[in-house]
Amino acid sequence: MAGKESGLRMEPFLWTLFSAGGVLAAFLIPVHLFLWGLAFPLGWLKAPGYESATALLAHPIVRIYLLLLCSLPLFHWAHRFRYTLYDGLQIKHLNEVINFCCYGSALLGTAVAGYLLWRIP
Amino acid sequence: MKSSGGAPGYTLNHPRWYRTPVSTYWWLGQWTYLKFVLRELTSIFVAFFVVTTLLQLRALYHGPQAYADFQKWLKNPAVIALNAVSFCFVVYHTVTWFALAPRAMAVRVRGKRVPEALIMAANYAAWLAVSAVVASFLLGG
Repeated sequence: MAGKESGLRMEPFLWTLFSAGGVLAAFLIPVHLFLWGLAFPLGWLKAPGYESATALLAHPIVRIYLLLLCSLPLFHWAHRFRYTLYDGLQIKHLNEVINFCCYGSALLGTAVAGYLLWRIP
Repeated sequence: MKSSGGAPGYTLNHPRWYRTPVSTYWWLGQWTYLKFVLRELTSIFVAFFVVTTLLQLRALYHGPQAYADFQKWLKNPAVIALNAVSFCFVVYHTVTWFALAPRAMAVRVRGKRVPEALIMAANYAAWLAVSAVVASFLLGG
């Protein structure tokens, strides 16, 4: 019962993360994915070398940007994916496990991004 | 559906609830439903993008050799194909998100509601501008 109540209180907060992640994903992921996933590997455009990539990361703003770009879309995924599992596959009885796995993965991804961005020289 | 504890047994005056069973594949029946499910599935490709970005950062962390290896991995045809599919889904996310945005936030100027088409157009313009800025940074502009 206590878990259910705290779950209800978390909902607006989680929805805000979902929404913010959705905005970031909508505006930013297509260009990143187009360049790194298609244009650079296919040789249409020249990928930044190691030196220029690390030079970009020298700016703290770039690191904060990348942290947000990794973290918020993961919370966006967590929210949508758990509802896809509820509605699409009708496995409501596994709610708690699903929530734990989805939001746990989002938190883990955020931690990994934070660690790497902190440690990259 | 299991009955909760304390519920009376079914009698003639309290018949069994009738609920139409919904197939697990309900979303395949209609184009609108399928579009809804496809929109929700875009989130998987969003997550996949984040995972590759994290791998990219890990490669940068390990140094020039790891970075070069990662660039080689991105050239694998299977990875390119997966990224091409992801790109389509992510653009679908953008399009559906922009279609919903004007309904989620009703912008009013001097008491009049700004038309949906105008908000959508502003979103697309901002999308182009933001993409151009990101690209200029990555292309060393």
